[in-house]
Amino acid sequence: MSILLDKFRLLEDKRAALVARSGEDPFHVVVEKVVSSTEAVVNGRKVIMVGTNNYLGLTFDPDCVAAACKATREEGTGTTGSRMANGSYAAHVALENELAAFFNCPAAIVFSTGYIANLGVLSTLTGPDDVILMDADCHASIYDGTRLGSAQVIRFRHNNIEDLEKRLQRLDEKASRTLVVVEGIYSMLGDRAPLREIVDVKHRYGASLLVDEAHSLGVLGEHGRGLVEETEVESEVDFITGTFSKSLGSIGGFCVSRFSELEHMRYAMRPYTFTASSSPSLIASTRQALQILSRGVDLRTKLWDNATRLHRGLTEMGFDLGAQISPVIAVKLPVEGDPTIMWGELLSQGIYVNLVLPPAAPGGNPMLRCSLSAAHSPEQIDAVLRAFAVVSEKLQLEHQS
Amino acid sequence: MQSKEEILDQLFELIRPYSEQPIEFSEQTRIMDDVGLDSMKVMELVMQIEDHFDVSVPLNILPDVNTIGEFANHLEKLLQDS
Repeated sequence: MSILLDKFRLLEDKRAALVARSGEDPFHVVVEKVVSSTEAVVNGRKVIMVGTNNYLGLTFDPDCVAAACKATREEGTGTTGSRMANGSYAAHVALENELAAFFNCPAAIVFSTGYIANLGVLSTLTGPDDVILMDADCHASIYDGTRLGSAQVIRFRHNNIEDLEKRLQRLDEKASRTLVVVEGIYSMLGDRAPLREIVDVKHRYGASLLVDEAHSLGVLGEHGRGLVEETEVESEVDFITGTFSKSLGSIGGFCVSRFSELEHMRYAMRPYTFTASSSPSLIASTRQALQILSRGVDLRTKLWDNATRLHRGLTEMGFDLGAQISPVIAVKLPVEGDPTIMWGELLSQGIYVNLVLPPAAPGGNPMLRCSLSAAHSPEQIDAVLRAFAVVSEKLQLEHQS
Repeated sequence: MQSKEEILDQLFELIRPYSEQPIEFSEQTRIMDDVGLDSMKVMELVMQIEDHFDVSVPLNILPDVNTIGEFANHLEKLLQDS
């Protein structure tokens, strides 16, 4: 074995020990067959998928599928080039214009993934004389973007306005060169940023504000424009990033801004310049999905009905949930138990959820993370609840022994 | 202006609760390898240190910080500049 791979032995030993205890391997989940936007065959079992972030269930929308097929036939399977070279097709530019119009912004940039959007924007927007002040629970793509860039990076305690203000105050005259970074809905617990208060604080100190709407696009706001729309602060937020891989059901990312000068940043971003652009099929299905999303009040109603049904059922069973009702519902497990066994129990009951282990789990409790879809039926939600009832019994037995 | 020794003593007190085993703290004590903090806990510690000393501590210094003494050196400079 290469000596370079030695350092991963500890990680592999930990994984093997977890698998040996529970008989399930959450680190090698293979979706063997996709049945629908909410069902798949995993580890030989047909399961209901409750951890896909497919919030509006658009991955099998007939119009999106047709648009993707048409684009592949007409423009090929890939662009084989970066946006800066031969990879900007008319459809990429059209999607940028449609995103700008959707957000009522003068500028939009499309990236190959949501991760790359944050990598590009966070690493380039701020320079060595600037500061990034980020919520501690921000996504890894935001952390990684800051590491690729040269700004000073400071964290504030999750959703804590006093902590944010204290840190801005401490930055003194640098506060006006500070980019505050928060998320619409946080991916692990499903809780929202207190955006009205955050906007007020950023105004007081003359800072700029970026909101990542990865999990809130299509989910919050009358037109699906996320927490920024719901909170009615669209004219006060400076930058919004997001992804196509959740409510839009494809792959890709974007940044929009109320400043037209965002356009100047395009070719300075290495993660934009040095990777291939999205394939024609992805752009085509995303454009179609964006249209559906913007008029998708009925989809949002279904999504929130499902979220409410699951949240209510789990609360009645006495589970400790991460946050208020949200399409992301995190069931916190005791620190001392074996979360892999509980995750495996759900899988054997025909339910796939995300297993979140520390340090990825905020607060240190392992979590069974559910994400709902508008495409789930009430019967599916009830099946999820029946499986969690079995987990609840097992946890009580574990607690008693 | 605080001396390096004063900063070190305060750092020992701030880091001590993170230690799972009682160990003798010195300038050479390594924060991750000896005290046992993982990368998330190190970032928690940074926020506590910021509040204790009322100074901004950019995460950018972390790659250069291995021991408590090295943290104290950075902190001394940050306090001078603030």
